[in-house]
Amino acid sequence: MIPCRAAAVLIALLTTRVVGAATESSPQLVAASAAHSVVKIYGAGGLRGLEAYQSGIILSPDGRIATAMSTVLDSDGIDCVLDDGRRFEATPLGVDPRRELAVLSIDATDLPAALPAEERVAAGTRVLAVSNMFGVAVGDERASVQRGVIASVVPLEARRGAADAPYTGMVYVLDFTTNNPGSPGGAIVDSRGRLLGMIGKELRSSAGGIWLNYALPVDELLVGCEAIVAGSGVAAPAAAATPFDLGLLGIVLVPDLLDRTPPFVETVLPGSAAARAGLAADDLLIAVGARAVGSHAAAERAVGAIPSGDPVRLSVIRTGTVVDYELGPRPAVAEGRAPQGATP
Amino acid sequence: MMAAATIASGVEVDPAVLEAQQARIDAIRRATPAAVSIFAGESGGGSGVLLTRDGYAATNFHVVQAAGPAVTCGLADGRLYDAALVGIDPTGDLAIVKLLGRDDFPVAGLADSDRVQVGDECFAIGNPFLLGTDLQPSISAGIVSGVHRYQFPAGTILEYTDCIQVDAAINPGNSGGGLFDAVGRLIGINGRASFEKRGRVNVGAGYAISANQLRNFLGALRSGRICDHATLGATVSTAVDGRVVVADILESSDAWRRGLRYDDEIVSLAGRPVRTVNAFKNVLGILPAGWQVPLVIRRDGRRQDLLVRLHAVHSPAKLAELASGDAAEESRGGSDGPEVPAAVRHVYERRAGFANHHFNVVERDRVAAGLAAIRDARPDGPWVLAGQLAAGGEFRIELSDATATIDLPTGTSTLAGEDEFDRQPVPPGSGGLLPALVLWRRLVVEGPTAVGQTIFWGTAPRQPATFAADAAGELVDVLESAVAGVVARFGVDAAGRVVWIDLWTSPDADPCEVRLTWPEEGTAGGMPLSMEASFGSEPFATFVMDAPAAAEASR
Repeated sequence: MIPCRAAAVLIALLTTRVVGAATESSPQLVAASAAHSVVKIYGAGGLRGLEAYQSGIILSPDGRIATAMSTVLDSDGIDCVLDDGRRFEATPLGVDPRRELAVLSIDATDLPAALPAEERVAAGTRVLAVSNMFGVAVGDERASVQRGVIASVVPLEARRGAADAPYTGMVYVLDFTTNNPGSPGGAIVDSRGRLLGMIGKELRSSAGGIWLNYALPVDELLVGCEAIVAGSGVAAPAAAATPFDLGLLGIVLVPDLLDRTPPFVETVLPGSAAARAGLAADDLLIAVGARAVGSHAAAERAVGAIPSGDPVRLSVIRTGTVVDYELGPRPAVAEGRAPQGATP
Repeated sequence: MMAAATIASGVEVDPAVLEAQQARIDAIRRATPAAVSIFAGESGGGSGVLLTRDGYAATNFHVVQAAGPAVTCGLADGRLYDAALVGIDPTGDLAIVKLLGRDDFPVAGLADSDRVQVGDECFAIGNPFLLGTDLQPSISAGIVSGVHRYQFPAGTILEYTDCIQVDAAINPGNSGGGLFDAVGRLIGINGRASFEKRGRVNVGAGYAISANQLRNFLGALRSGRICDHATLGATVSTAVDGRVVVADILESSDAWRRGLRYDDEIVSLAGRPVRTVNAFKNVLGILPAGWQVPLVIRRDGRRQDLLVRLHAVHSPAKLAELASGDAAEESRGGSDGPEVPAAVRHVYERRAGFANHHFNVVERDRVAAGLAAIRDARPDGPWVLAGQLAAGGEFRIELSDATATIDLPTGTSTLAGEDEFDRQPVPPGSGGLLPALVLWRRLVVEGPTAVGQTIFWGTAPRQPATFAADAAGELVDVLESAVAGVVARFGVDAAGRVVWIDLWTSPDADPCEVRLTWPEEGTAGGMPLSMEASFGSEPFATFVMDAPAAAEASR
């Protein structure tokens, strides 16, 4: 029925706009076709301000979908719902931690063709943003459409919590509120319906702390997605089967025997990320990122909460001095790999 | 002027741009005079929009909830007007107030909101952050982001069904104001927005109650009643194969009596296709309690057309509680009710079940005037209706003040007086055809004040069987009379003719339903051409009248 409705809209518009002699498509038509290519994605979350939904863009008629890499994807069952109401279980093909991109695959036929892409447009371009913001659209409802202007094309300098955003390339900064809960993974299109970029995750400006409205340009989006599909991206996390913990970084703490066991490092596994960074036995862990940790349990909790791909930063006290260590991006938990030696 | 296409600064501008700009300016200019800034004293305020020249204006229930019987309204002409609360719909977040002092207010024209499309230009007019202290409303432009959206009651009972989502800035204070289309027609009432970590400011997702929902509730709101929303008496869920099916149903519901059962697939409701649970809630949410609407179901591959009556969601007591709220109760100084400001005392009357009973009398008298206008076309003594039954055989009905006789091929039934109305619904099998016709005659001959307790109930579909919510089907005024243990509702068209009667002899049973067919307007005749009577799902009889002259002569 949805395709029929789209056709009806098309006919109505064509017949009423003959006198308009417009060179560009009508906003209604562009909105409809763009929203047709945006899917609603449901996964993990629903707690403490973490939404369990976001948006995605259909990349190809064989079922590849681009979306933002986020905790929503840390789920056994990721569902994609199309604008005709069809629901498909999605398989993650991989992620690009730098661009915070993920590609999903759904086993679907009759998908709309990918939107034509338009690379690097200038500030001042009028755009539509199409996303499942606030999860308003459900079932066969189309994603929400907003209108605005590209305010600037600048390198991204942003942070999430205390951590800097890993992507520092160019982004489109938008003059309207596009990066809402559920928006990440949504599409930015121009007035002809060409894909300009993908709405990124909710981030604050490093400079002023204000919430940013921005999109990853389509060239970055496509390069990242192609690499993921070609297999050079990081493999998708094995759906949260194994929780992430200090063991995966190569850190073994002293046994957690007391109510608040101090998080002293007992051993650092050779060749591990922690060893490469320079952590050593007897270091006292005091902070994970910006979060102070006062106990073994708190340290494990803080490390477990680092999203996949986010940088891991540990602060320790060694011989009376605070030392900060960078351990690189948090690796995904590989399938079948058991956490190592976190408990005696 | 367009040919020049050069603006003052000497910059060349595409004439199409200037044209579009001018069109937008014109639309805003047309719509702005009807915009109302509402000031509700300590309880804040909001926005509204004028609908009628005599001052009826729509706003949100949550704008007037704590204000009591009066608010102060400002228009863009710079003048302040006293306004009285008329009616409220606490579930649907609508309210009507009446501005006093003029009969030539500027008004907004109501559009068919089901024709609104995603991507349409739109603009909101209102009083965001109560900035309009100079009474000049604020305008925010945008596009339609989504249609037929469903918004859960978030911590309140305000349920936004079938609403229009826009990216035009909707901020606190915009509540109750109009959402307009590109040419300045009213497509919705702004009332809600998605707020999040950035605080209570617009983030690009505002929601408006559709103009069609307002149209459906307008009659009930103007009745001064506390309006209620509808339930089918059944809940639906999505089956594994995606069909929307009945998950649970009350056996006391009208839908059950009409034949709806567990696992029946819902195909459409009130003329609108139902493909998701949300779509079902969307259609149901724009319909007032008490309406009768078509329901199409599929069972074992076979399509069935039902006609169902919608029940009220809340009990009257619960509704009254919702309508007042604790804060309101407090500001009104306890249970004695609100103190009525002098400015609205002449248009305010307290009564249980009503936000303001005064306007019920106003509307009842308006409908009564319509009934009276064609009273002269009828005999003022007993009425005699005679003719042929569609099924064969003759009939003769004689109606007087409280007594009546009906002659049918199956026998004669009589009604000796009011006290028999509910005791033995006659003729047998009709569910109470004779009391329905007696009350109809009394309503016409003596007027509504003579027929027990008669109120203006609101509006309802003229032809329930073909009513389509998305086509803004034709509505008629409805009077409700409670007399001698029975309740009757009369559908009265704009010409003052009773087009249908429903009469209940017991509140939980089916009513006797009478559908009257009248000659084309402008032709003579104070009597209907025919009447169809039915009870429950069973047709009772179809009565085809002899020519009016013949009926007259048979007296």
